[in-house]
Amino acid sequence: MRIRVNPIMCEAHGLCAELLPEWIRLDEWGYPLINPDPIPRHLEAHARRAADACPTLALLLEHD
Amino acid sequence: MTTTSPDVALPRLLAGVSFRGMAQLERHVEVHGPMPAPEELDATGVIGLAERSKLRGRGGAGFPAAIKMRAVRAARGRPIVVANGCESEPISGKDALLLHETPHLVLDGAALAARAVGADRVILAYEGPRSDTRISLEHALKQRRAARVDSVRFELFAAAEKFLTGQETALMAQINGGLPRPSFIPPRPTERGVRRRPTLVQNVETLAHLALIARHGAGWYSQLGTAAETGSTLVTVAGAVGMPGVYEIERGTPLPQLFAAAGGVTGELAGLLVGGYFGSWLPAALASEVELSNAALATHDASLGCGVLVALPASSCPVAETVRVAIYLATETAQQCGPCVHGTAAIARTLHGIAEGRTSAAAFADLERWTSAVSGRGACHLPDGLAHFVATALRTFAAAFDDHASHGPCDACGTEPLLRFPDPVPTARRA
Repeated sequence: MRIRVNPIMCEAHGLCAELLPEWIRLDEWGYPLINPDPIPRHLEAHARRAADACPTLALLLEHD
Repeated sequence: MTTTSPDVALPRLLAGVSFRGMAQLERHVEVHGPMPAPEELDATGVIGLAERSKLRGRGGAGFPAAIKMRAVRAARGRPIVVANGCESEPISGKDALLLHETPHLVLDGAALAARAVGADRVILAYEGPRSDTRISLEHALKQRRAARVDSVRFELFAAAEKFLTGQETALMAQINGGLPRPSFIPPRPTERGVRRRPTLVQNVETLAHLALIARHGAGWYSQLGTAAETGSTLVTVAGAVGMPGVYEIERGTPLPQLFAAAGGVTGELAGLLVGGYFGSWLPAALASEVELSNAALATHDASLGCGVLVALPASSCPVAETVRVAIYLATETAQQCGPCVHGTAAIARTLHGIAEGRTSAAAFADLERWTSAVSGRGACHLPDGLAHFVATALRTFAAAFDDHASHGPCDACGTEPLLRFPDPVPTARRA
């Protein structure tokens, strides 16, 4: 599973980086910088939680 | 791989181009021969030819035409074809030239693409403000209707004059009645594009090549070019050459040969711009050696893109030229994606500061960070293109940028701009 952001939807709320700091950090304007590698199994539940928590539903979980 | 046999030699696309008034259908058939009928060349045949000839898109991205056609054919719903003649890259002139001088080649190719994917409708998108293009296309379509050439229906679409207007999803959005803004993928236009139908978008030059491949075969096509990059290609040469303009070259042609054909380089050069405003700045010394194939250009971190080649004369300031284009591109963002909106503005602002000699110690480090950080973070490639354009300028003209940062504008900064762009549309003001 990989995580991707729809940059048109994203409004830099930043919750994703709070909920998944191992995989997502924020740039200087508050937009997510996402590790493009497959998410390790032990973080998958956190990734789902981050995607669900996004106020604009901009995060996508893509299954390889 | 060149051969001297006259039937494979250049010009191909530009054969019969006379610059003498409206293109005539009779003359087109005289020069190129009739288009193969569906009985001679069916859908599978067209796709097979696109595949065997290794035809790639000529809008800039270079995607294999056959893969797109197959995807559209396999998608659910009645497909539509969009012939993309928007050519929003300001220096490029090749698509407008084709639409003016040899519209029937483009229309033949569009009809063949429609045949390949099973579409009954082709939308021909051109740069809206160009009424001359519209007149040429209307004239060509009238002749075709009279001669009953086509079984598909053609519609003309006047696209907005914006840098992103020809971007595939932005074009789709306009045709669907919206603003020229890129959209997020998925869905791909091949699955859901115009009127939510599977949509094949191909650049008009790609379609013109397809029209010739259908007549002469994949083997004929790939007798020119390299094994990986087949055929001929249109390029727009600008700057310090004797005869700037659009030229048809074999893929892999050495740049000195093209410059010689364009009347020769007219003086000392400051550098080269390859691939237009999403392209790369290269040192002037490469003008005497580099080959015009993506494989050869890749070793210099460049690609042919939409085929724009600019010889920047030593009398121009590369810093001033770069800054103007960076500001232009930053203002052409569709204002949708945060990293693009903020990143392109920050890059343009900081570059401008350097050019003016008022800058912070961190300016170059900021630019290095931003040009790598904005890449791939928009719905379209505008941030990537701007970042690459700027990063290659900083590398190629490092001394000039340092000099401006310390001493401000140079003597050449005031020279008439070479890299042009459409005048900004005046914004409405309240009285």
